[in-house]
Amino acid sequence: MLKNFDAAVYDAGVKDYRETYWQEDYVPKDTDLLACFKFVPQEGVPVEEAAAAVAAESSTGTWTTVWTDLLTDLEYYKGRAYAVEKVPGDDNAYYAMIAYPLDLFEEGSVVNVLTSLVGNVFGFKAIRSLRLEDVRFPLAYVMTCGGPPNGILVERDIMEKYGRAMLGCTIKPKLGLSAKNYGRAVYECLRGGLDFTKDDENVNSQPFMRWRQRFDFVSEAVHQAEHETGERKGHYLNVTAGTVEEMFKRAEYAKSLDMRIIMHDFFTAGFTANTSLANWCRDNGMLLHIHRAMHAVVDRNPHHGIHFRVLAKCLRLSGGDHLHSGTVVGKLEGDRNATLGWIDIMRDRFIKEDRTRGIFFDQDFGHMPGVLPVASGGIHVWHMPALVSIFGDDAVFQFGGGTLGHPWGNAAGAAANRVALEACTLARNQGRDLEREGSDVLRDAARHSPELAAAMETWKEVRFEFDTVDKLDTK
Amino acid sequence: MSAIKNYHSLLGDPASQRFETFSYLPQLDEAELRGQIQRLLDIGLVPIVEHVEPERIHVNYWYMWKLPMFGEKNADQVLGMLEDCRSSHPGHHVRLSGHNPIRQTREAAFVVHRATVRD
Repeated sequence: MLKNFDAAVYDAGVKDYRETYWQEDYVPKDTDLLACFKFVPQEGVPVEEAAAAVAAESSTGTWTTVWTDLLTDLEYYKGRAYAVEKVPGDDNAYYAMIAYPLDLFEEGSVVNVLTSLVGNVFGFKAIRSLRLEDVRFPLAYVMTCGGPPNGILVERDIMEKYGRAMLGCTIKPKLGLSAKNYGRAVYECLRGGLDFTKDDENVNSQPFMRWRQRFDFVSEAVHQAEHETGERKGHYLNVTAGTVEEMFKRAEYAKSLDMRIIMHDFFTAGFTANTSLANWCRDNGMLLHIHRAMHAVVDRNPHHGIHFRVLAKCLRLSGGDHLHSGTVVGKLEGDRNATLGWIDIMRDRFIKEDRTRGIFFDQDFGHMPGVLPVASGGIHVWHMPALVSIFGDDAVFQFGGGTLGHPWGNAAGAAANRVALEACTLARNQGRDLEREGSDVLRDAARHSPELAAAMETWKEVRFEFDTVDKLDTK
Repeated sequence: MSAIKNYHSLLGDPASQRFETFSYLPQLDEAELRGQIQRLLDIGLVPIVEHVEPERIHVNYWYMWKLPMFGEKNADQVLGMLEDCRSSHPGHHVRLSGHNPIRQTREAAFVVHRATVRD
């Protein structure tokens, strides 16, 4: 007789999911992977049944009993819904808490985790809508993933930047420049005082500017600006391509040009390509900047898809040294408290459950390095005090239009941003309240910097005050 | 809008060379320097004084002046150490960093004495 095992008898037919997959008294194990789904059940479907259905369809279950269930210990392998809660401020929606045993997921593969958690279940008929709000990756799973190739601390040592945030700029127009003109725009930004410039996400290798020429001209621009200023510089060379072979070819060429950083679009290219590229970067001492094109398609609707905090966790596990986080203050969507929550998820070693920031579980990343959040999109010098206050030093502030749109050109725009950043950092260190006194700090700094004065004059009226679509769930 | 102003920066001009944090601001005055040192001590960072020849600013390892000032609480001691280093190496850049041993990174770093003074 097997110990602790009650032999079951095969009983064909359709059973309620909750008979097998709902277990209210279940105490999650430290090694379980936990997920919080927000769902709206179809009319007439009991809440526990809907939660159990999600647990079943995202783990071991199918719609009917099958005899092969009895060949294994399903009691051990199944996912379990162990709690449901009403969503504050929403009469129709519920949170389902589901625990999955560690064995369900291949080591080091966020691809495999997502295939289970957000696979078939999202098309499931018993559910009117479904959104993956948060995932607790057990430390035992985290340890199987490579994570960021370098991390924040190593990046600071490589770039020799201490005691301040870093500055970047995405080169515009996004498309249409020749490689030589593009390199000019890069050079002007870097000599003016930026740390980084960036290929925009859709700059890959188009007919007007093939990747090889771009890499050649940009590397000259980077090296020239370094000699001129004595500071270390980088340009995120976008190696995203139609095939992984092409991606690696471009990465190798960037390395041969002594570039410090390359770039990848993790969501359009996919987690498999991203994880491989992160591993290549770790092996080759290359920093990896991550863009997030397509994320808003899956994370913006409050009732459908995957919350960005989950995508951020997956990216940290898959590997990247930078990730776009939103700015809170610029032109793109981002609720302040929710943004603070996922910034912690990118950077910190341990993140505590905090519903006011949309964090449903404690998350322990162990010794895995952190990812540097990149604030980009519609920001300019007037936003600098708020950015320094919100993000602190471990971030990259990226001013595209806010550098290139300066009336005297890129170098002056870059210098204006650098002066503003350093003035705000100095004032913060003196104990001044940047969110209250920020304008005074900038005006004082502009007395010594005509470039900053001109930037402040140019953008004094620009505001982006629209309501956030994806808000935290509150009453 | 005012007329376009040229951005002055030349390869051979020492004034175009920058020294990382605060190098785009005017040289810190004495009160500002003392304030930055006090903040560094208040949050528990370890002061490190380093110096280097102007032509070698890009290297990772500047000459360390004595040892990091472990356990130092007094801003005057740090100012004294900086002056000590400067007077022994008048032609060098002198940098002050604040080291965080827990995270093992520098959370402050700026040049206090510049060998070539910018206008």
